[in-house]
Amino acid sequence: MGIRNFIRFGVLGLCLIAGTGVVAQQQETAPDILVRNVTERVLDTLRRDKDIQNGNNEKLMRLVEAEILPHFNFNRMTQLAVGRDWRQASAAQQRQLSEEFRILLVRTYSNALLGYKDQRIEVKPLRLAQGETDVTVRTQIMQPGARPIQLDYSLEKGTGGWKVYDVVVAGVSLVTNYRETFAAEVRQGGIDGLVRSLQTKNRANVAAGSAK
Amino acid sequence: MMMSTGQVSLHLCAIGRFARSALTTGCLVGLLAACAGAPPNPKDPLEGFNRAMFSFNEGLDQVLIKPVAQGYDAAVPLPARIGVSNFFGNVGDLWVGINNLLQGKGGDAANDVGRLLINSTLGILGLFDVASEMGLERHDEDFGQTLGRWGVGEGAYVVLPLFGPRTVRDTGGLVVDVIADPVSSVDDVPTRNTLRALRIVSARAELLPSDKAIEQAALDKYAYIRDAYLQRRRNLIHDGSPPREKLDSGALGIESDPVVAEAMQAIGSFLLVSADADAAPASSDQPTE
Repeated sequence: MGIRNFIRFGVLGLCLIAGTGVVAQQQETAPDILVRNVTERVLDTLRRDKDIQNGNNEKLMRLVEAEILPHFNFNRMTQLAVGRDWRQASAAQQRQLSEEFRILLVRTYSNALLGYKDQRIEVKPLRLAQGETDVTVRTQIMQPGARPIQLDYSLEKGTGGWKVYDVVVAGVSLVTNYRETFAAEVRQGGIDGLVRSLQTKNRANVAAGSAK
Repeated sequence: MMMSTGQVSLHLCAIGRFARSALTTGCLVGLLAACAGAPPNPKDPLEGFNRAMFSFNEGLDQVLIKPVAQGYDAAVPLPARIGVSNFFGNVGDLWVGINNLLQGKGGDAANDVGRLLINSTLGILGLFDVASEMGLERHDEDFGQTLGRWGVGEGAYVVLPLFGPRTVRDTGGLVVDVIADPVSSVDDVPTRNTLRALRIVSARAELLPSDKAIEQAALDKYAYIRDAYLQRRRNLIHDGSPPREKLDSGALGIESDPVVAEAMQAIGSFLLVSADADAAPASSDQPTE
Protein backbone atom coordinates (compact mmCIF):
# COMPACT_ATOMS: atom_id res chain seq x y z
CA MET A 1 0.00 0.00 0.00
CA GLY A 2 1.42 3.33 -0.83
CA ILE A 3 1.22 6.52 -2.68
CA ARG A 4 0.04 4.85 -5.83
CA ASN A 5 -3.04 3.44 -4.24
CA PHE A 6 -3.42 6.53 -2.18
CA ILE A 7 -3.75 8.54 -5.36
CA ARG A 8 -5.66 6.07 -7.38
CA PHE A 9 -8.27 5.28 -4.80
CA GLY A 10 -8.52 8.84 -3.81
CA VAL A 11 -9.63 9.56 -7.30
CA LEU A 12 -11.88 6.64 -7.22
CA GLY A 13 -13.28 7.99 -4.01
CA LEU A 14 -13.89 11.37 -5.53
CA CYS A 15 -15.67 9.80 -8.44
CA LEU A 16 -17.67 7.39 -6.40
CA ILE A 17 -19.15 10.15 -4.41
CA ALA A 18 -19.73 11.96 -7.65
CA GLY A 19 -22.67 9.94 -8.76
CA THR A 20 -24.62 11.20 -5.80
CA GLY A 21 -26.39 13.67 -8.03
CA VAL A 22 -28.89 11.10 -9.01
CA VAL A 23 -29.76 10.33 -5.45
CA ALA A 24 -29.61 13.89 -4.24
CA GLN A 25 -33.29 13.92 -3.53
CA GLN A 26 -32.70 11.25 -0.92
CA GLN A 27 -31.11 13.64 1.51
CA GLU A 28 -32.31 11.54 4.37
CA THR A 29 -30.40 8.54 3.07
CA ALA A 30 -27.80 7.43 5.59
CA PRO A 31 -24.29 8.36 4.46
CA ASP A 32 -23.07 4.77 4.25
CA ILE A 33 -25.99 3.76 2.05
CA LEU A 34 -25.30 6.81 -0.06
CA VAL A 35 -21.67 5.85 -0.48
CA ARG A 36 -22.59 2.32 -1.41
CA ASN A 37 -25.23 3.30 -3.96
CA VAL A 38 -22.93 5.78 -5.57
CA THR A 39 -20.03 3.37 -5.52
CA GLU A 40 -21.95 0.76 -7.40
CA ARG A 41 -23.25 3.22 -9.90
CA VAL A 42 -19.89 4.77 -10.69
CA LEU A 43 -18.03 1.48 -10.85
CA ASP A 44 -20.59 0.41 -13.36
CA THR A 45 -20.08 3.49 -15.49
CA LEU A 46 -16.32 3.12 -15.38
CA ARG A 47 -16.47 -0.49 -16.48
CA ARG A 48 -18.76 0.34 -19.37
CA ASP A 49 -17.34 3.55 -20.74
CA LYS A 50 -14.86 2.58 -23.42
CA ASP A 51 -13.89 6.18 -24.13
CA ILE A 52 -12.75 6.75 -20.59
CA GLN A 53 -10.97 3.41 -20.48
CA ASN A 54 -9.11 4.34 -23.63
CA GLY A 55 -7.79 7.46 -22.00
CA ASN A 56 -10.27 10.09 -23.12
CA ASN A 57 -9.23 12.70 -20.59
CA GLU A 58 -11.71 15.27 -21.80
CA LYS A 59 -14.62 12.98 -21.19
CA LEU A 60 -13.30 11.90 -17.84
CA MET A 61 -12.75 15.48 -16.76
CA ARG A 62 -16.27 16.42 -17.85
CA LEU A 63 -17.70 13.52 -15.93
CA VAL A 64 -15.75 14.42 -12.83
CA GLU A 65 -16.62 18.10 -13.09
CA ALA A 66 -20.29 17.45 -13.64
CA GLU A 67 -20.82 14.68 -11.14
CA ILE A 68 -18.37 15.27 -8.32
CA LEU A 69 -18.40 18.94 -7.65
CA PRO A 70 -21.91 19.19 -6.25
CA HIS A 71 -21.13 16.54 -3.65
CA PHE A 72 -17.84 17.72 -2.36
CA ASN A 73 -17.49 20.67 -0.12
CA PHE A 74 -14.37 22.16 -1.65
CA ASN A 75 -14.59 25.26 0.47
CA ARG A 76 -14.39 23.16 3.61
CA MET A 77 -11.63 21.01 2.11
CA THR A 78 -9.58 24.05 1.28
CA GLN A 79 -10.15 25.47 4.72
CA LEU A 80 -8.83 22.26 6.28
CA ALA A 81 -5.83 22.18 3.98
CA VAL A 82 -4.95 25.82 4.67
CA GLY A 83 -5.45 25.48 8.41
CA ARG A 84 -5.02 28.45 10.66
CA ASP A 85 -3.97 30.78 7.84
CA TRP A 86 -7.49 30.53 6.44
CA ARG A 87 -8.66 33.20 8.85
CA GLN A 88 -6.21 35.76 7.54
CA ALA A 89 -7.47 35.32 3.98
CA SER A 90 -10.07 37.76 2.65
CA ALA A 91 -13.32 36.41 1.25
CA ALA A 92 -11.99 36.94 -2.26
CA GLN A 93 -8.76 35.12 -1.45
CA GLN A 94 -10.70 32.25 0.08
CA ARG A 95 -12.69 31.93 -3.12
CA GLN A 96 -9.50 31.93 -5.18
CA LEU A 97 -7.89 29.32 -2.98
CA SER A 98 -10.91 27.02 -3.14
CA GLU A 99 -11.11 27.37 -6.89
CA GLU A 100 -7.44 26.60 -7.49
CA PHE A 101 -7.37 23.75 -5.00
CA ARG A 102 -10.45 22.27 -6.62
CA ILE A 103 -8.80 22.38 -10.03
CA LEU A 104 -5.67 20.74 -8.65
CA LEU A 105 -7.55 17.90 -6.98
CA VAL A 106 -9.91 17.26 -9.85
CA ARG A 107 -7.21 17.19 -12.51
CA THR A 108 -4.74 15.13 -10.54
CA TYR A 109 -7.17 12.56 -9.43
CA SER A 110 -9.20 12.20 -12.56
CA ASN A 111 -6.00 11.38 -14.40
CA ALA A 112 -5.07 8.83 -11.78
CA LEU A 113 -8.50 7.29 -12.18
CA LEU A 114 -7.52 6.05 -15.60
CA GLY A 115 -5.47 3.35 -13.90
CA TYR A 116 -8.59 1.93 -12.35
CA LYS A 117 -9.51 -1.64 -13.34
CA ASP A 118 -11.09 -4.49 -11.42
CA GLN A 119 -11.33 -3.41 -7.83
CA ARG A 120 -14.38 -4.07 -5.71
CA ILE A 121 -15.55 -1.92 -2.82
CA GLU A 122 -17.00 -2.95 0.50
CA VAL A 123 -18.78 -0.29 2.50
CA LYS A 124 -18.85 -0.92 6.22
CA PRO A 125 -22.20 -0.30 7.89
CA LEU A 126 -22.37 2.90 9.87
CA ARG A 127 -24.19 3.38 13.13
CA LEU A 128 -25.62 6.84 12.71
CA ALA A 129 -26.59 8.51 15.97
CA GLN A 130 -29.65 10.75 16.10
CA GLY A 131 -28.77 14.30 15.07
CA GLU A 132 -25.26 13.38 13.97
CA THR A 133 -23.89 15.82 11.37
CA ASP A 134 -20.29 14.67 10.96
CA VAL A 135 -19.47 11.07 10.16
CA THR A 136 -16.80 8.87 8.69
CA VAL A 137 -17.88 6.17 6.28
CA ARG A 138 -15.32 3.38 6.15
CA THR A 139 -14.83 1.35 3.02
CA GLN A 140 -12.34 -1.20 1.78
CA ILE A 141 -11.05 -1.64 -1.72
CA MET A 142 -10.65 -5.30 -2.47
CA GLN A 143 -8.27 -6.06 -5.29
CA PRO A 144 -7.02 -9.34 -6.67
CA GLY A 145 -3.52 -10.26 -5.53
CA ALA A 146 -3.13 -7.47 -3.01
CA ARG A 147 -4.22 -6.64 0.48
CA PRO A 148 -7.38 -4.53 0.91
CA ILE A 149 -7.00 -0.78 0.93
CA GLN A 150 -8.70 1.27 3.58
CA LEU A 151 -10.62 4.21 2.11
CA ASP A 152 -12.58 6.47 4.44
CA TYR A 153 -14.82 9.40 3.64
CA SER A 154 -15.59 12.16 6.08
CA LEU A 155 -18.98 13.68 5.43
CA GLU A 156 -20.69 16.63 6.96
CA LYS A 157 -24.39 17.33 6.88
CA GLY A 158 -25.27 20.85 5.85
CA THR A 159 -28.18 22.58 4.20
CA GLY A 160 -27.40 20.81 0.94
CA GLY A 161 -27.35 17.36 2.52
CA TRP A 162 -24.30 15.20 3.22
CA LYS A 163 -21.12 16.41 1.60
CA VAL A 164 -17.65 14.95 1.60
CA TYR A 165 -14.94 17.11 3.10
CA ASP A 166 -12.12 14.60 3.36
CA VAL A 167 -11.00 11.40 1.70
CA VAL A 168 -8.52 9.29 3.64
CA VAL A 169 -6.68 6.58 1.75
CA ALA A 170 -4.81 4.06 3.87
CA GLY A 171 -4.60 6.60 6.62
CA VAL A 172 -3.40 9.43 4.41
CA SER A 173 -5.78 12.36 4.15
CA LEU A 174 -5.84 13.79 0.65
CA VAL A 175 -6.67 17.13 2.20
CA THR A 176 -4.50 17.57 5.25
CA ASN A 177 -1.54 16.15 3.37
CA TYR A 178 -1.26 19.61 1.83
CA ARG A 179 -1.30 21.42 5.14
CA GLU A 180 2.44 21.75 5.75
CA THR A 181 3.12 22.70 2.15
CA PHE A 182 0.44 25.36 2.19
CA ALA A 183 1.65 26.74 5.50
CA ALA A 184 5.17 27.00 4.12
CA GLU A 185 3.87 28.82 1.02
CA VAL A 186 1.96 31.29 3.17
CA ARG A 187 5.01 31.91 5.36
CA GLN A 188 7.01 32.71 2.25
CA GLY A 189 4.61 34.70 0.11
CA GLY A 190 1.45 35.25 2.10
CA ILE A 191 -1.98 34.06 0.98
CA ASP A 192 -1.39 35.56 -2.45
CA GLY A 193 1.82 33.59 -2.72
CA LEU A 194 -0.08 30.38 -2.09
CA VAL A 195 -2.70 31.31 -4.68
CA ARG A 196 0.06 32.02 -7.20
CA SER A 197 1.77 28.69 -6.48
CA LEU A 198 -1.47 26.82 -7.00
CA GLN A 199 -2.12 28.67 -10.24
CA THR A 200 1.38 27.90 -11.46
CA LYS A 201 0.96 24.25 -10.56
CA ASN A 202 -2.38 24.04 -12.34
CA ARG A 203 -0.98 25.67 -15.46
CA ALA A 204 1.96 23.26 -15.43
CA ASN A 205 -0.42 20.32 -15.18
CA VAL A 206 -2.42 21.59 -18.13
CA ALA A 207 0.75 22.09 -20.16
CA ALA A 208 2.02 18.61 -19.29
CA GLY A 209 -1.34 17.14 -20.21
CA SER A 210 -1.53 18.75 -23.63
CA ALA A 211 2.10 18.03 -24.42
CA LYS A 212 1.41 14.33 -24.11
CA MET B 1 22.20 -2.82 -4.03
CA MET B 2 20.19 0.18 -3.35
CA MET B 3 16.75 1.62 -3.29
CA SER B 4 15.73 5.15 -3.57
CA THR B 5 12.59 7.15 -3.81
CA GLY B 6 10.20 8.20 -1.18
CA GLN B 7 7.39 6.39 -2.88
CA VAL B 8 9.29 3.17 -2.75
CA SER B 9 9.85 3.43 0.93
CA LEU B 10 6.31 4.53 1.50
CA HIS B 11 5.02 1.58 -0.34
CA LEU B 12 6.28 -1.26 1.78
CA CYS B 13 8.72 -0.98 4.59
CA ALA B 14 9.60 -4.56 3.90
CA ILE B 15 11.57 -3.59 0.86
CA GLY B 16 13.79 -1.14 2.64
CA ARG B 17 16.27 -3.63 3.93
CA PHE B 18 19.15 -3.00 1.71
CA ALA B 19 22.39 -1.33 1.20
CA ARG B 20 23.75 -1.36 4.67
CA SER B 21 27.15 -1.36 3.17
CA ALA B 22 26.39 1.76 1.19
CA LEU B 23 25.81 3.79 4.32
CA THR B 24 29.27 5.15 4.50
CA THR B 25 30.78 7.84 6.59
CA GLY B 26 30.18 10.20 3.70
CA CYS B 27 26.56 10.33 4.77
CA LEU B 28 27.55 11.39 8.25
CA VAL B 29 29.41 14.34 6.85
CA GLY B 30 26.38 15.44 4.84
CA LEU B 31 24.22 15.01 7.90
CA LEU B 32 26.35 17.24 10.07
CA ALA B 33 26.55 19.88 7.38
CA ALA B 34 22.80 20.00 7.10
CA CYS B 35 22.23 20.94 10.69
CA ALA B 36 23.25 24.53 10.32
CA GLY B 37 19.92 26.14 9.41
CA ALA B 38 16.86 26.70 11.61
CA PRO B 39 13.98 25.14 9.67
CA PRO B 40 10.52 26.29 10.66
CA ASN B 41 8.79 22.92 10.58
CA PRO B 42 9.06 21.32 14.01
CA LYS B 43 8.40 17.85 12.65
CA ASP B 44 11.26 18.21 10.23
CA PRO B 45 14.19 19.87 11.99
CA LEU B 46 16.64 18.21 9.61
CA GLU B 47 14.92 19.57 6.52
CA GLY B 48 18.08 20.85 4.89
CA PHE B 49 19.79 17.50 5.07
CA ASN B 50 16.59 15.67 4.23
CA ARG B 51 16.00 17.64 1.07
CA ALA B 52 19.54 17.01 -0.08
CA MET B 53 19.14 13.31 0.58
CA PHE B 54 15.77 13.31 -1.13
CA SER B 55 17.30 14.80 -4.27
CA PHE B 56 20.09 12.27 -4.13
CA ASN B 57 17.60 9.42 -3.87
CA GLU B 58 15.47 10.88 -6.65
CA GLY B 59 18.48 11.18 -8.90
CA LEU B 60 19.50 7.62 -8.24
CA ASP B 61 15.97 6.51 -9.00
CA GLN B 62 15.94 8.36 -12.31
CA VAL B 63 19.24 7.02 -13.59
CA LEU B 64 19.17 3.50 -12.23
CA ILE B 65 16.25 2.05 -10.34
CA LYS B 66 13.33 3.37 -12.35
CA PRO B 67 14.75 2.35 -15.72
CA VAL B 68 15.47 -1.15 -14.43
CA ALA B 69 11.96 -1.37 -12.97
CA GLN B 70 10.50 -0.25 -16.29
CA GLY B 71 12.43 -2.95 -18.09
CA TYR B 72 11.19 -5.52 -15.59
CA ASP B 73 7.65 -4.28 -15.95
CA ALA B 74 7.83 -4.58 -19.73
CA ALA B 75 9.64 -7.90 -19.91
CA VAL B 76 8.01 -9.94 -17.15
CA PRO B 77 4.34 -10.90 -17.50
CA LEU B 78 1.95 -9.86 -14.74
CA PRO B 79 1.35 -13.30 -13.19
CA ALA B 80 5.09 -13.71 -12.73
CA ARG B 81 5.39 -10.26 -11.21
CA ILE B 82 2.59 -11.06 -8.76
CA GLY B 83 4.40 -14.30 -7.93
CA VAL B 84 7.60 -12.43 -7.14
CA SER B 85 5.73 -9.93 -5.01
CA ASN B 86 3.97 -12.76 -3.14
CA PHE B 87 7.25 -14.57 -2.62
CA PHE B 88 8.81 -11.63 -0.82
CA GLY B 89 5.60 -11.06 1.10
CA ASN B 90 5.81 -14.63 2.32
CA VAL B 91 9.46 -14.25 3.25
CA GLY B 92 8.45 -11.33 5.44
CA ASP B 93 5.42 -12.90 7.09
CA LEU B 94 7.29 -14.55 9.95
CA TRP B 95 8.77 -11.23 11.02
CA VAL B 96 5.35 -9.64 10.68
CA GLY B 97 4.00 -12.33 13.01
CA ILE B 98 6.79 -11.81 15.53
CA ASN B 99 6.06 -8.10 15.59
CA ASN B 100 2.38 -8.74 16.14
CA LEU B 101 3.35 -10.97 19.03
CA LEU B 102 5.62 -8.28 20.45
CA GLN B 103 2.68 -5.89 20.22
CA GLY B 104 0.51 -8.28 22.20
CA LYS B 105 -1.66 -9.24 19.23
CA GLY B 106 -1.56 -13.02 19.57
CA GLY B 107 -4.46 -13.62 17.21
CA ASP B 108 -2.85 -11.64 14.44
CA ALA B 109 0.46 -13.38 15.06
CA ALA B 110 -1.20 -16.78 14.73
CA ASN B 111 -2.80 -15.55 11.51
CA ASP B 112 0.62 -14.58 10.14
CA VAL B 113 2.25 -17.87 11.06
CA GLY B 114 -0.70 -19.67 9.48
CA ARG B 115 -0.16 -17.64 6.34
CA LEU B 116 3.51 -18.56 6.27
CA LEU B 117 2.76 -22.28 6.62
CA ILE B 118 -0.01 -22.31 4.05
CA ASN B 119 1.69 -20.14 1.47
CA SER B 120 5.02 -21.94 1.80
CA THR B 121 3.37 -25.27 1.09
CA LEU B 122 0.10 -24.95 -0.79
CA GLY B 123 1.28 -21.67 -2.22
CA ILE B 124 4.44 -23.27 -3.59
CA LEU B 125 7.21 -21.43 -1.72
CA GLY B 126 5.05 -18.36 -1.38
CA LEU B 127 4.56 -17.71 -5.07
CA PHE B 128 0.79 -17.85 -4.61
CA ASP B 129 -0.99 -16.09 -1.80
CA VAL B 130 -3.40 -18.90 -1.08
CA ALA B 131 -3.83 -17.79 2.52
CA SER B 132 -5.47 -14.52 1.50
CA GLU B 133 -7.99 -16.44 -0.57
CA MET B 134 -8.71 -18.46 2.54
CA GLY B 135 -9.40 -15.33 4.52
CA LEU B 136 -6.08 -15.01 6.34
CA GLU B 137 -5.43 -11.36 5.73
CA ARG B 138 -1.93 -10.08 5.10
CA HIS B 139 -0.69 -7.65 7.73
CA ASP B 140 1.77 -4.83 7.55
CA GLU B 141 4.05 -4.77 10.57
CA ASP B 142 7.66 -3.90 11.26
CA PHE B 143 9.78 -3.15 14.27
CA GLY B 144 9.28 0.60 13.97
CA GLN B 145 5.56 0.03 14.44
CA THR B 146 6.26 -2.21 17.40
CA LEU B 147 8.33 0.56 18.99
CA GLY B 148 5.43 2.93 18.31
CA ARG B 149 3.04 0.56 20.04
CA TRP B 150 5.37 0.44 22.99
CA GLY B 151 5.07 4.18 23.27
CA VAL B 152 8.33 5.30 21.69
CA GLY B 153 7.81 8.72 20.10
CA GLU B 154 8.50 9.07 16.41
CA GLY B 155 11.13 11.78 16.73
CA ALA B 156 12.29 13.83 13.80
CA TYR B 157 11.60 12.96 10.19
CA VAL B 158 14.69 11.79 8.34
CA VAL B 159 15.33 10.88 4.73
CA LEU B 160 17.90 8.12 4.74
CA PRO B 161 20.20 7.68 1.81
CA LEU B 162 18.93 4.79 -0.30
CA PHE B 163 16.20 3.81 2.18
CA GLY B 164 14.15 6.98 1.85
CA PRO B 165 11.68 8.41 4.40
CA ARG B 166 11.82 7.34 8.02
CA THR B 167 11.52 8.88 11.42
CA VAL B 168 14.18 8.53 14.09
CA ARG B 169 12.12 5.77 15.67
CA ASP B 170 11.57 4.01 12.37
CA THR B 171 15.28 4.25 11.65
CA GLY B 172 15.91 2.30 14.82
CA GLY B 173 13.21 -0.11 13.76
CA LEU B 174 14.83 -0.47 10.37
CA VAL B 175 18.09 -1.64 11.90
CA VAL B 176 16.27 -4.46 13.64
CA ASP B 177 14.23 -5.22 10.53
CA VAL B 178 17.39 -5.56 8.46
CA ILE B 179 18.94 -7.90 11.00
CA ALA B 180 15.77 -9.98 11.11
CA ASP B 181 15.34 -10.06 7.34
CA PRO B 182 15.66 -13.69 6.14
CA VAL B 183 17.33 -12.48 2.97
CA SER B 184 20.14 -10.99 5.07
CA SER B 185 20.97 -14.45 6.35
CA VAL B 186 21.34 -16.05 2.94
CA ASP B 187 25.00 -17.09 2.96
CA ASP B 188 25.63 -17.28 -0.75
CA VAL B 189 26.48 -13.74 -1.72
CA PRO B 190 25.35 -13.81 -5.38
CA THR B 191 22.03 -15.34 -4.34
CA ARG B 192 21.58 -12.78 -1.60
CA ASN B 193 22.35 -9.90 -3.91
CA THR B 194 20.04 -11.25 -6.59
CA LEU B 195 17.20 -11.56 -4.08
CA ARG B 196 17.80 -8.05 -2.82
CA ALA B 197 17.91 -6.62 -6.31
CA LEU B 198 14.80 -8.45 -7.36
CA ARG B 199 12.90 -7.29 -4.29
CA ILE B 200 13.75 -3.67 -4.96
CA VAL B 201 12.94 -3.86 -8.64
CA SER B 202 9.66 -5.63 -7.97
CA ALA B 203 8.60 -3.07 -5.40
CA ARG B 204 9.61 -0.17 -7.62
CA ALA B 205 7.79 -1.63 -10.61
CA GLU B 206 4.57 -1.73 -8.61
CA LEU B 207 4.88 1.99 -8.07
CA LEU B 208 5.45 3.01 -11.67
CA PRO B 209 1.82 3.97 -12.36
CA SER B 210 1.82 6.41 -9.45
CA ASP B 211 4.79 8.48 -10.57
CA LYS B 212 2.80 10.84 -12.77
CA ALA B 213 0.01 11.27 -10.25
CA ILE B 214 2.42 12.35 -7.55
CA GLU B 215 4.12 14.80 -9.86
CA GLN B 216 0.74 16.31 -10.63
CA ALA B 217 -0.60 16.37 -7.10
CA ALA B 218 2.36 17.80 -5.26
CA LEU B 219 3.25 21.46 -5.06
CA ASP B 220 6.39 20.36 -3.31
CA LYS B 221 7.12 16.69 -3.87
CA TYR B 222 9.47 16.46 -0.92
CA ALA B 223 6.88 17.78 1.53
CA TYR B 224 4.06 15.81 -0.04
CA ILE B 225 5.88 12.54 0.43
CA ARG B 226 7.08 13.49 3.90
CA ASP B 227 3.59 14.28 5.13
CA ALA B 228 2.07 11.22 3.51
CA TYR B 229 4.76 9.08 5.15
CA LEU B 230 4.08 10.54 8.59
CA GLN B 231 0.32 10.13 8.25
CA ARG B 232 0.69 6.63 6.94
CA ARG B 233 2.95 5.50 9.75
CA ARG B 234 0.60 6.88 12.36
CA ASN B 235 -2.20 4.97 10.72
CA LEU B 236 -0.21 1.73 10.58
CA ILE B 237 0.77 1.87 14.23
CA HIS B 238 -2.89 2.04 15.13
CA ASP B 239 -3.76 -0.65 12.59
CA GLY B 240 -6.01 1.63 10.62
CA SER B 241 -7.83 3.37 13.45
CA PRO B 242 -5.66 6.21 14.72
CA PRO B 243 -7.13 8.64 17.21
CA ARG B 244 -8.89 11.34 15.27
CA GLU B 245 -6.84 14.49 15.00
CA LYS B 246 -8.36 17.88 15.57
CA LEU B 247 -8.26 19.12 12.02
CA ASP B 248 -8.61 22.77 12.85
CA SER B 249 -5.95 23.02 15.50
CA GLY B 250 -3.08 25.05 14.23
CA ALA B 251 -0.10 24.85 16.52
CA LEU B 252 2.18 21.86 16.61
CA GLY B 253 3.94 22.08 19.91
CA ILE B 254 7.04 20.06 19.32
CA GLU B 255 10.28 21.22 20.83
CA SER B 256 13.00 21.27 18.25
CA ASP B 257 16.44 21.27 19.81
CA PRO B 258 16.19 18.08 21.89
CA VAL B 259 14.71 16.37 18.88
CA VAL B 260 17.62 17.35 16.72
CA ALA B 261 20.06 16.14 19.32
CA GLU B 262 18.19 12.88 19.67
CA ALA B 263 18.01 12.47 15.92
CA MET B 264 21.70 13.08 15.47
CA GLN B 265 22.53 10.58 18.12
CA ALA B 266 20.22 7.92 16.80
CA ILE B 267 21.30 8.33 13.22
CA GLY B 268 24.93 8.38 14.19
CA SER B 269 24.65 5.12 16.04
CA PHE B 270 22.56 3.64 13.26
CA LEU B 271 25.29 4.32 10.77
CA LEU B 272 27.91 2.85 13.05
CA VAL B 273 25.84 -0.25 13.67
CA SER B 274 25.25 -0.69 9.96
CA ALA B 275 28.86 -0.23 9.11
CA ASP B 276 29.84 -2.76 11.77
CA ALA B 277 27.28 -5.33 10.79
CA ASP B 278 28.42 -5.31 7.24
CA ALA B 279 32.10 -4.90 7.78
CA ALA B 280 33.02 -8.31 6.43
CA PRO B 281 30.93 -8.76 3.29
CA ALA B 282 30.83 -5.09 2.41
CA SER B 283 33.07 -5.26 -0.61
CA SER B 284 31.11 -8.09 -2.21
CA ASP B 285 27.77 -6.44 -1.57
CA GLN B 286 27.93 -4.19 -4.57
CA PRO B 287 25.05 -3.52 -6.93
CA THR B 288 24.57 -6.32 -9.35
CA GLU B 289 23.39 -4.31 -12.30
